[in-house]
Amino acid sequence: MILNIFILILLVIAALWMVMTRSLLRSAIGLALVSLVLTIIMFRLSSPLAAVFELSVCAGLIPVLFISTISLTYPLSKQEMMEHFKARLRRFWYLPVLVVIVGVILSLLKIKPDITLPLPESAKDVRDVLWNLRPIYLIGQIIVLLAGAFGVVILFKDSKKDEH
Amino acid sequence: MSLLIVIPFFSILVFNLPFLKTLRKAIFIWSIFLFLSQIVLSCCSISPSFLTKFAKPLHLFNFNLNLDGLGVIMLFLSATILLFTLIVSHSFIKEEKRRFNFITLLLFTLSALNGLVMVRDIFSLYIFVEITAIISYVLIAFDKDMRAMSAVFKYVILSTVASILMVSSIAIVLLLTGDTNFTVIYEALHMSGVNPLMMLALSLFVCGLFIKAGLVPFHGWLPEVYSYSSASVSILLAGILSKALGVYTLIRVLKNVFGLTSQIGTILLVVGTASILIGAFGALAQKNFKKMLAYSSISQVGYIIVGLASLNPLGFIGAVFHFFNHSIFKSLLFVNSAGLEKEIGTTDMAHLGGLSKRMPITATTSVLGILSAAGIPPLAGFWSKLLIIIALFVSGHYVYGIIAIFASVLTLAYLLSMQRMVFFGKLNEKFISVKEAGFSIVLPAIILGAIIVGVGVLYPLVFKALILLLA
Repeated sequence: MILNIFILILLVIAALWMVMTRSLLRSAIGLALVSLVLTIIMFRLSSPLAAVFELSVCAGLIPVLFISTISLTYPLSKQEMMEHFKARLRRFWYLPVLVVIVGVILSLLKIKPDITLPLPESAKDVRDVLWNLRPIYLIGQIIVLLAGAFGVVILFKDSKKDEH
Repeated sequence: MSLLIVIPFFSILVFNLPFLKTLRKAIFIWSIFLFLSQIVLSCCSISPSFLTKFAKPLHLFNFNLNLDGLGVIMLFLSATILLFTLIVSHSFIKEEKRRFNFITLLLFTLSALNGLVMVRDIFSLYIFVEITAIISYVLIAFDKDMRAMSAVFKYVILSTVASILMVSSIAIVLLLTGDTNFTVIYEALHMSGVNPLMMLALSLFVCGLFIKAGLVPFHGWLPEVYSYSSASVSILLAGILSKALGVYTLIRVLKNVFGLTSQIGTILLVVGTASILIGAFGALAQKNFKKMLAYSSISQVGYIIVGLASLNPLGFIGAVFHFFNHSIFKSLLFVNSAGLEKEIGTTDMAHLGGLSKRMPITATTSVLGILSAAGIPPLAGFWSKLLIIIALFVSGHYVYGIIAIFASVLTLAYLLSMQRMVFFGKLNEKFISVKEAGFSIVLPAIILGAIIVGVGVLYPLVFKALILLLA
């Protein structure tokens, strides 16, 4: 129990650092950290398959893509960065306060909803339901990927040419 | 039926093969052929025997798809509006490569919408919603106009929030029922009775769909997106994309998965009525043709939702019928705004006036669209609004019925004032040399106008066909 709470707190800290940090690079590394902690949680919830996917894709592949993209950009100067940070603080100072207040209220209310699950009639394996019984899933995924890739190409390929 | 998804998708692949570049010129003709054949197919499917007899060979792949009356209407609407978008875009996008890219996106849209209409499990439904959303982001940003880019950024953020809500809801449903298939979920949820987790899943999903449909209070993104996207894209967005994403999915999920209960009915009534009123008052204040149409869209989608909320079969038929009518008349009005944009270069109403003398066909079809939107007999929009209002009175929601009638008068007021400012009155001297928009814009306007009049005049036949389809 204590370990679980510790991991969850770690997750929140990593997520906060990811959002609040001033450099994009650190933010990308923060994303990898969040995924890493999430992977540990998934292992502890005994779903190793999901954990491995999370580790390889979200903690590995995506930050690499982000970091390689960030390396192509020009960073702001330190002074500009500070100004940007201050402006953001002025605009969104109430958000963390709001989160804390909501958290305190929810913990004081001690809501314990009755969530005894009515077991499904035919207990099927979730993997079976998600992947084996739905052949349309495959073509859906392929279309998503291709549509996304096509969109990125037609929106951003030309603007690169303009810069040169 | 799987071919309806697979053929557009494979044709995208074939046309994009690097060694088949010479084929690319044929993509325009091929997509017109695809859209037309889907229109013919959906028209034939009105007779139920057609589906069982002739649609069987179309099951080449076993994708667990299904097509019902609502689906047939959606297939017809998506193919029709995509066809007109394609024709209108022909006079806006001149460069060959850009045109090819645009048509490829339209084929993606066809494939995604057909999938959205025919899938029968909730997770695949979500995937097709996402595909449609991704394509709409690209389409809105297609012209790379900075205002459109900032509008689409807002849309992406809100739409992502909606997606998160929907995925969470699907996760809860999977937890509760152990399956993603519509019928299995429906039966399991009805066996277990009211469950707080199920209510949570339902409200998360419906909230996500309200964002996608641009209903009050989640309507912030819609006016900017509609008015800053390019002329042909706004026809597609207003006509089918946002309706399919939000409203169709809402109808499908409520009908086949969660069931229309009285609690959800109350929520729909409140949200729908708020959308009707806020959309109508918002439209009254607008000075731009496209922005006014966008606010009017919020208001008209409110009518569809209120029709659903009446919880009786008449209201359901009215909602689906208004969905159809709204797609047609809103596309017509956006086609006309495309004509204005092409010939005059602005849709700001303060600069326009007296254009009916120079653009008689655009002005006449626009009157048809406006009168249908405001619910004036005998045009199509009158009958669907009548059905919805009768359904509200039958279920005892008198106040909401009266508000719906009042808002209909408001619709007439703002749309007529728009018509007066744009087309009637004294002709501005600047526009003395303006001509009617080209054939590629006038033809869709005439056909859409003819559909409005035809459906309105042949209402008894249409109503019978609707009952047959939706029963």
